[in-house]
Formats: sequence, C-alpha cells, structure tokens
Amino acid sequence: MDRKLKEAIASKLMLLATVFSSLLIFAVVIGLIQKSRPILATHSLSELLLSSSWFPLRGEFGFYPFIIGTIWVTVLAMLFSLPLCLLTSIYLAEYAPAKIRAFIKPLIDLLAGIPSVVYGLWGILIVVPLIKDYVAPFFGYSATGYCLLAGGIVLAIMVFPIIIAVSEEVFRAVPHEIREVSLALGATKWQTVKHVALRAALPGVIAAIVLGFSRAFGETMAVMMVVGNVARVPSSVFEPAYPLTALIANNYGEMMSVPLYDSALLLSALILLLVILFFSIAARIVLLRIERRVM
Amino acid sequence: MDRRKIEEDFFKGLMILSTAIIVGILFAIVAVVVLKGAPALSLSMLTQTPKGGYYLGKGGGILNAIIGSLYLAFGATALSLIIALPVAFYLREYASERFANFVRLSLDILWGVPSIVYGAFGFIIMLYFGLRACLLGGIIALTLLILPIMTRAMDEVMRMVAFELREASYGLGSTKLEVVSKVISRQTLPGMLTAVLLAFGRGIGDAASILFTAGYTDYIPHSLFDPVASLPLAVFFQLGTPFPEVQERAYASAVVLLVIILLTSVSSRLLTKRWSRFVIK
Repeated sequence: MDRKLKEAIASKLMLLATVFSSLLIFAVVIGLIQKSRPILATHSLSELLLSSSWFPLRGEFGFYPFIIGTIWVTVLAMLFSLPLCLLTSIYLAEYAPAKIRAFIKPLIDLLAGIPSVVYGLWGILIVVPLIKDYVAPFFGYSATGYCLLAGGIVLAIMVFPIIIAVSEEVFRAVPHEIREVSLALGATKWQTVKHVALRAALPGVIAAIVLGFSRAFGETMAVMMVVGNVARVPSSVFEPAYPLTALIANNYGEMMSVPLYDSALLLSALILLLVILFFSIAARIVLLRIERRVM
Repeated sequence: MDRRKIEEDFFKGLMILSTAIIVGILFAIVAVVVLKGAPALSLSMLTQTPKGGYYLGKGGGILNAIIGSLYLAFGATALSLIIALPVAFYLREYASERFANFVRLSLDILWGVPSIVYGAFGFIIMLYFGLRACLLGGIIALTLLILPIMTRAMDEVMRMVAFELREASYGLGSTKLEVVSKVISRQTLPGMLTAVLLAFGRGIGDAASILFTAGYTDYIPHSLFDPVASLPLAVFFQLGTPFPEVQERAYASAVVLLVIILLTSVSSRLLTKRWSRFVIK
C-alpha cells in the first residue's frame, strides 16, 4: 500500500510540474499582452508598426526603424551563414574522414557554448575595425564600422554551430541504401548529395534553418554591441541600425520614468515573441507535411 | 564525364574551404579574446571586489561578478532541475502520446524564445511581486531560459533507454515510480549530467535575461533580495567605459567566463565517461 501511495503522490507531482512547464509559454504571451495593452489602447497598430518617429517623451512610439533593423540583421546573418553552414555540414556528414570529423565536431559544439557577449567583444575588436578600415572604403563608403554589416557578420557566426550541428545530424540520418543506389547508377558523389541526400534531408535542414533564424532574430547582446544603435531606417549595410532586441536592452533603465515607455518596450518583446511563435509553429507544420510526402 | 568530375572537385573544394573558414573563425575568436584578456588578468582581478574608482581604472577586481555569476547559474540550474526531472520522467513513463507531444511542442517553442523576452517577462513577474532587481529575479529569469533546454535534453536521453530493461522491471512488479527512479534514472545518469551541465553553461553565459532582473552591484550579495553582478554584464559594462584600463578588464572578464564555460564542457565529457560505467549496455 505504501508503494502505491508513493506512486500516486509522485505521479500527481510530476503531472503538476509538466502542466506548469507546458503552460509557461501561455503565461509569457498573456503577461506581455497585458503589459502592452496601455500603448495599444492609445496608439493604433498601424501607427506603432509603420511610423518612424520614436520620441517617447512626446508620446510618439514608431517601431518601424527597429523592425526594419531587426529584419535586416537577421536576413544578412542568414545570407552569410546558410551557404557556409550547408557546405560544412555536407562535408562533415558525407566527405570528411572520421578523424577530421572527430576533431571538428567538438570544436563546433564549443562554438555553440561561447556566450554572446564574447561574440560581441570579438565583433568590436575584429569585425568593426575591419569594416571601418577595409570593407567600407573598398565600396566607397565611409563608416564607423558599427553598422548593419557588422551585426550581420557577428550573428552569422553565432548561428553557425546551431545550423551545422542539426543539419549534419540530419544528413547522417539519411539511410545509406538510397545513396548506394544512386552511386551504383553511376552518379558522382556530389550528384548523389545534390539529388538524393539533400532531398531526403530537406525537412531536417529546414528545421535547422528555422532554429538558426530564431537565434539570430532574438539575439540581443552581441548585436547591440556592434550594430550602432541609431533609430533610423538604414539605407545601406554600412549604416547603423537599431534592432528591437537592442531597443529593449538599452532602455530598460528609463522605462519606468516615462509614461507608456514600459508598455512600448514590452510590446516590442511581444512582437519578438509572436514572430518566433509564428515561425516555430509554421516550421512544425511544414515539417509534418514534408515528412508525410517523403515517407 | 569530365564536366561531372570538375563539378565534383569544385564543390568539394568549396566545402573544405567553408569548413576551414568556420574552424578558423572559432580559433580567431578564442585566440583574440585570450590574447587581449590574458595580460590584464591578475590575481587581484580574481580575488577582489571593485574598490573606489575601479571604473576609472583604479584597483580592485571582478570577484563580485564571478561569485554573482556562479550564484545565478547554480541557482537557476538547481531550480530547473527540480522542475525538469519530474517533467522528463512524466513524459517518458506516464503521459499519453498526445499530451507528451503537446508538452514537447511547447517546450520546443520555449527553447526558441529569445532571452531578452525572458528578461522582460521576468521583469513583469518582479513588478507584480514588488521585487527590485535582485538575485532571486535573475535566478527566475535564467530558469525560464534554461528549463526548456534541460528538459528537452533529458527527454531525448530517456528515449535511448532500452525497452527490454523497463519491461523486465515492470515484469518484476515495479511501480512506474520505481522504474523511473531506480532503473531509468540510473541508466541515463551520464546523459542527465550532460543535460544539466549544458543548461548550466547556457545559464552562466547569458546576459540579456538578467540585464533587468539581476541588476549589477560592486558587492557580493548576502541574500536572495540583493542585486547581483555577473560576468557577462561585467564584460558588457566595462567595455562601455571610455578608459582603456577598464576595457582591458572587460577582456579579462571575458577570458574568465570562457574558462568557466570550457571547464564545464570538459568536465561534462569526463564525468559522462566515468559515470557510464554504471550503465547496462
């Protein structure tokens, strides 16, 4: 009886913990919605999202430059990292000798563990001066180096390990037999990769890309340290930008002293969260569809 | 025939090149930070808290940030463990397939939520309870961040446990609780440890979630309600000062942070190996 009682109590406690952790996401969404209400009540959504005038003291909260900043750095980061990551993960999974793989895999895991401030620090020490002294002058721009491009490069490096780790696993999970069929038909290794492995691995690769995207989209510290933080819509990659994440992190100090400011900042946290939610769920649906089609 | 060979070589070359670039960047990051930070590292940096005029370049160290970061990361790891372990057990042994998938989906979504959002949410919770930036607030925000990481990692580890092992245990008349606590937990110990250390490493390196929840202070906190310094924020704030001496200390703080994270990852590998002795293969 004692064992049964223990079992009953323990299972209820475990259920409680499980329900709690699965409801957390709803708590976060509801909490942020509650706190964003005051600003949504006084400003129209189109004004908030499409206006460029950001003057909290005058009660003007236009998020447009910040939204554009976030989109630009994320897109740049994905543009830089995708080709490199795909090539590297294909190399590691299909071509690399076991020894090289055993050497590189832990290094990439290590890269994943480096904190974002360290990436930011490295960006300030290396990427920013490089852009200021070489890249921008080469294209005929003069820049401080603290710009969209620097943010994009640092973010690209930060998402490397995520995309590589996941997509490499995915490529290795592709059954050997279907590769051998392709090779036996006289295809070269690259043709096999291109037409067979890549195709079979597509759902997983998409998942890897979405993971990388979420990381880039929500990254705060590293981006904020190199991107310049000027609340203007940038007209080239050598101009500073101001992503939503940096906006929240930079202004939390004043947010309680200006009316509606706290509500505005928490609204930007809500926007970040909703976009991430949308992509996670969309990726899940796409994955289910593709899996059904492939199997 | 020739064209295919050229294509093959071209893409193989491209792959090797991109792998080399990525590995090169990793080395460049570690090398630059260590080379810049190591000269500024000294015993007094590690053993003293900031003294008067520290942020103008005078004496003192970052002991407040080192201790603070350890408090925050240990606190959050312990709190997450208390929640993650039962959840992982429940998902594995108790939950219906549908419910388990729902919980996994919500944890996966939580995993992708940016840490700054957890910072903001932690801040809302603190406002609600009337707390100011403090150790407890930081621990709560960090726990939100690492809980999904730890839970999903544990969940994956438990999937590996052989079906027969559990069946054998049930066959002997064990309750579910006995199966998870005496068979599965022992069998997955190395993997569980990896999950915990993975979460610890993420927790100690994160800055955005503790920015407004933990605050920053020159002192070592004495209670859960004192503000607390942390290494990532020590890097960030010291880098923001205009004085080269202070910026060098930011580099040194980054080295300390890197060393802690490296130690965590190495000890995770070593301990996993040691503890694997008790696993039935």
